[in-house]
Amino acid sequence: MITELGHFALILALFVAVIQSAVPLVGAARRHLGWMAVGRSCALIGFGLTALSMLALMHAYVTSDFTVINVVQNSHTDKPLLYKITGVWGNHEGSMLLWVFMLSLCAAAVALFSDNLPPALRARVLAVQGMIAVGFLLFILLTSNPFLRTFPPPPNGNGLNPVLQDPGLAFHPPFLYLGYVGFSVAFSFAVAALIEGRVDPAWARWVRPWTLASWCALTVGIAMGSWWAYYTLGWGGWWFWDPVENASFMPWLVGTALIHSSIVVEKRDTLKSWTILLAIITFSLSLVGTFLVRSGVLTSVHAFATDPERGSFILLLLIAAIGGSLTLYAIRAPALKGGGLFAPISREGALVLNNLLLSCGCATVFLGTLYPLFLDAMGGPKLSVGFPFFNRTFAPMMVPMLIAVGIGPMLAWKRGDLLGALQRLWVAYVATALVVLIAFYVTYGGPMLAVFGLGLSAWLFAAVLTEFAERIRLFRVPFPESARRAIHLPRSAYGMTFAHLGLAVSVAGFAASAYAQEAIEILRPGGSISIAGYQLTLEHVDHVPGPNYVADDAAIRVTRGGDFIAMMHPQRRFFPLQQQTTGETAIRTNLLADLYVALGDTNTEGDWTVRVYWKPLVPWIWMGAIIMAFGGLVSLSDRRWRVGAAARASRRGSAQPVPAAGE
Amino acid sequence: MRRALYLLPLVLFVVLVGYFATSLRPGHDSQELPSAMIAKPAPAFDIVGLGDSRGLTLDGLKGHPFVINFFASWCVPCRIEHPLLMRLAEQNHLPLYGIAYKDKPDDSTRLLATFGDPYRQVGVDRDGRVGLDFGVYGVPETYVIDSAGVIRRRFVGPLTAETVDKDLLPLLKQLGQS
Repeated sequence: MITELGHFALILALFVAVIQSAVPLVGAARRHLGWMAVGRSCALIGFGLTALSMLALMHAYVTSDFTVINVVQNSHTDKPLLYKITGVWGNHEGSMLLWVFMLSLCAAAVALFSDNLPPALRARVLAVQGMIAVGFLLFILLTSNPFLRTFPPPPNGNGLNPVLQDPGLAFHPPFLYLGYVGFSVAFSFAVAALIEGRVDPAWARWVRPWTLASWCALTVGIAMGSWWAYYTLGWGGWWFWDPVENASFMPWLVGTALIHSSIVVEKRDTLKSWTILLAIITFSLSLVGTFLVRSGVLTSVHAFATDPERGSFILLLLIAAIGGSLTLYAIRAPALKGGGLFAPISREGALVLNNLLLSCGCATVFLGTLYPLFLDAMGGPKLSVGFPFFNRTFAPMMVPMLIAVGIGPMLAWKRGDLLGALQRLWVAYVATALVVLIAFYVTYGGPMLAVFGLGLSAWLFAAVLTEFAERIRLFRVPFPESARRAIHLPRSAYGMTFAHLGLAVSVAGFAASAYAQEAIEILRPGGSISIAGYQLTLEHVDHVPGPNYVADDAAIRVTRGGDFIAMMHPQRRFFPLQQQTTGETAIRTNLLADLYVALGDTNTEGDWTVRVYWKPLVPWIWMGAIIMAFGGLVSLSDRRWRVGAAARASRRGSAQPVPAAGE
Repeated sequence: MRRALYLLPLVLFVVLVGYFATSLRPGHDSQELPSAMIAKPAPAFDIVGLGDSRGLTLDGLKGHPFVINFFASWCVPCRIEHPLLMRLAEQNHLPLYGIAYKDKPDDSTRLLATFGDPYRQVGVDRDGRVGLDFGVYGVPETYVIDSAGVIRRRFVGPLTAETVDKDLLPLLKQLGQS
């Protein structure tokens, strides 16, 4: 009964979305306020309906209703409650429903928080959102319906892939999807602007908060995914250049470029058509990411169901959404007039450089991900690029960018003084030189690239702090004056500082991973391994029952110089239902380094393979990502997004110069 | 001229759609990519074995149908596939041979020591030469080769229980009888 309600709610949501995609658009063209207002109500109703549908599916999972095929295939009565709930999106159909739910959430948010938007623009934005919803609702209802029943119901379900039964992965998809789907708002704004044929600073100011919010969610989502890979896969690796990881990384790269280029539109009224293109591409890459994972064009860990029929449907969706918007772009964009001119050495110039490098980086990842596909389609020799390719192409491209991140914010708008900026950054040179020398001395004989990477991180960190100190004129004016300036600095300036500092922290983590040490031994209880000054002794291995698995739980005593540090408990879990064994690593961190223990195979004599890693600065990778996302949120809380300034500015036809990230 | 520049994204997208469409064309199943190599003799190889084991050569394997699995320690999907391979090796006594593709031998050894070794023998393809000859598109990839050394089937991506039961095992059985 509840399942049918969910099913019908979804069908109703489709009809509502059809209305939402047509009526407001016609209303906007005819300047009919009533018709335009339809978009708003439709978006809210659509949200309610998809939320109902989502809840209905959750209900089926929680109550283990095995008359629903989707539940049979992905759930089991013995599964812990948390994974019953998160199992809803641990499969293809459910994750598509989550996608649509997020989409309707975004549309409802636009409907609610758009009082300062001109009605016509709002109507068009909501109409475009409606079109996307129509496409994906049709996709779910026609090819991947999670509400289908089966009779007679089987006694129990098949369960969820044990590798996916993990808290990190349970919450990774919602964040990732919120990021992916959130970019649909920027996309809708871009398409609406193309329809109107007008892009102005006010437009950029409306788009930026949405872009920022999605970017934060995506940053957190990617970080969670990488963290999951780190502690679950048992290799201590945190990024595998897997097609699915790349699929989430590409929108992140272009989305980052978009955040920066929209600053230029807002502040200087130029780079318009480029920003529009970025908005289109960011969401397009989210769609392509969905396509790659779902269609089976590329295979990967998360490729739930690969089905050519679904693939064809998504391809049609891609053609409609991306092809349609790019056609509109080709027709309308040439008419967009650029505003302010600027010299190559200027803040704008630096942001253009940032955009170029990020886009090229994204293009590299794109090529690397799809290269096998291109060659295959041409019937040519088949090559695989894999891991080595990305390390050799992507990483070098990011080096100039990281250097430029330190300098860019020091340049003035229109025409910057590069020499002056470089002189003012002297503290950063000293810091970099110190870190490089210390790293070189401490790790003498170690990998030089890591020293270089640490230097880059130090450069970035010091340069960002220098820029902040400049801004509050620290040590140039009396301290109370500096403090006063710091208090009155716009939140967006703080946001930028945090985000860039976060980047520096992550870079340090990437670089230092080259210093990781590892040891692998076959241990009998009582045996020990030493690594990086720690002594790890295997005390005993016990059989421990879990809710839907049995585990071999190793008790490992960690000591350092004879002092007891901790007991660590890596496990190997056997899931009888799926006949699968997964490893559960034990990680002990002091925020400067991780001690990482994985339990391997056993043999008949009771020896256990134990792998130990010591990974300096690795936690910084995710800490950096969280700081970056935090920076985004701080910037998002800037009051100028909320006050009516934007609406007033648009009535006057031009925007007030409001500080973007940095003045 | 300037207008043409604005058309560029659309043109690139159309090209991309062409690629996507070809990869979805009927019969172009992701698990079972038609390969130019199907029904052709497998490319000869003679590579060193992993660790202290013997080298792996095509000629040495001929005589019985067998399965070659390309894997690497850096490959995430291989991790997903691994339990299935273990099961196949233990329960079905699958004549499975591994080729460690573009992987450091130490890493491959560690992978097999930790998660179990489903392979009868493992060869080291450090620079991806053998993979290139086979037309490997990514790891994991699995090839079924008959006793004459002719490639009969190719599976791209991690094997699933379903493809194994419906496709790989029946095929091997049939090859073993004829």
